[in-house]
Amino acid sequence: MTNHLLRSNAPISDAAWRLLDEEAQERLTPALAARKLVDFSGPHGWDHSATNLGRIEPLASAPCDGVSGLQRRVLPLVEVRADFEVARAELRDADRGAADADLEGLDKAAHQIAVAENIAVFHGWQGAIAGIDEASPHKQVKLGDITDKYPGLVAGAVERLLCSGITGPYGLALGREQYRRVVETAEHGGYPLLDHLGKILEGPIVWAPGVKGAVVVSLRGGDFLFESGQDLSIGYDSHDAEVVRLYLEESFSFRVATPEAGVALKP
Amino acid sequence: MGFDQYHEPPEELPAATRTFARLCASLTEEAEAIGWYEQRIAVEKDPEALAVMHDAQGEEFKHFSMDLEFLLRRTPSWREVAQGILFQPGDIVEHGEEAEAEAFEGGGPGAEGAYEDGSLGIGSLRGTS
Repeated sequence: MTNHLLRSNAPISDAAWRLLDEEAQERLTPALAARKLVDFSGPHGWDHSATNLGRIEPLASAPCDGVSGLQRRVLPLVEVRADFEVARAELRDADRGAADADLEGLDKAAHQIAVAENIAVFHGWQGAIAGIDEASPHKQVKLGDITDKYPGLVAGAVERLLCSGITGPYGLALGREQYRRVVETAEHGGYPLLDHLGKILEGPIVWAPGVKGAVVVSLRGGDFLFESGQDLSIGYDSHDAEVVRLYLEESFSFRVATPEAGVALKP
Repeated sequence: MGFDQYHEPPEELPAATRTFARLCASLTEEAEAIGWYEQRIAVEKDPEALAVMHDAQGEEFKHFSMDLEFLLRRTPSWREVAQGILFQPGDIVEHGEEAEAEAFEGGGPGAEGAYEDGSLGIGSLRGTS
């Protein structure tokens, strides 16, 4: 089967394709924070181009007298692509049984596309996607770097959600620096800060590369909607004697149905 | 007992495995319910009661199919075997042997990928950390 990814045109053995796919899955899964916290729909396919918003807008004119018209509004999907190269010598060595094939280009591309997805969902993508923190009507409080204050700030965010009628459980996306601070900190008496925050939220705390600060969201469902067209895939671009040029790609839309259901905490 | 679906201590299992086990338990329950309705329908004489039971069994068909699809989406090798067997005309056992050989002895998919759309099949990660 050949689809738009053109994988079968690449000079890559089946075993090497499995190696690449597994490496990509391993690198992507820890970093795809948004998918751990928001509703996911799909994948609906590469030819899925827009999300139905159920909204209309008026048209300035009608084709002729005696009729009226409206135009449907849709949210177009975005395509995200991260190109990378793999040395053909490394793929040949992998086929020989080498367990340490150098797939650094793939690893970097996987991280970058995960970061792009996280940023689009939590902070937005100008002209394409309104992120959770952009949509949220709640005041953005500064998280800072004093971890003693983190339980109070996260509890405050949860309380603001409750005041808006947003029930839990709640999840917390932490930027890289904030996540490191949380996992390395034990509070007075030795209680891990990670566990304390988990008890406040009653939900997961996720490492979210690309997120600036932190974002608290309700996990009750129906508030944050990620719609996948083509889910993350590796495609083939071209090759020469030395390298194979591949790419990681996905298409998706994201919309906030309940702006009150998320609270951003600035770094 | 509500935790019987776990064969290993639940606290030692990752969240994704616990979710997988829940859906496996649900799949079993739906299959049992389908079988129970089949038996009840076989002996019931009241046409109104039969209509109700046919409708209820139809619900179980839906639930079973949804559970199965979820599990197949999360398990590429299971999905690959199932694709060789489900909705295929011909000899079921033969298809089973061929699908198993293709999925495991051949080392799994290559350029075509494990999923029909060629994707990595990551999908939702709710329930994982």
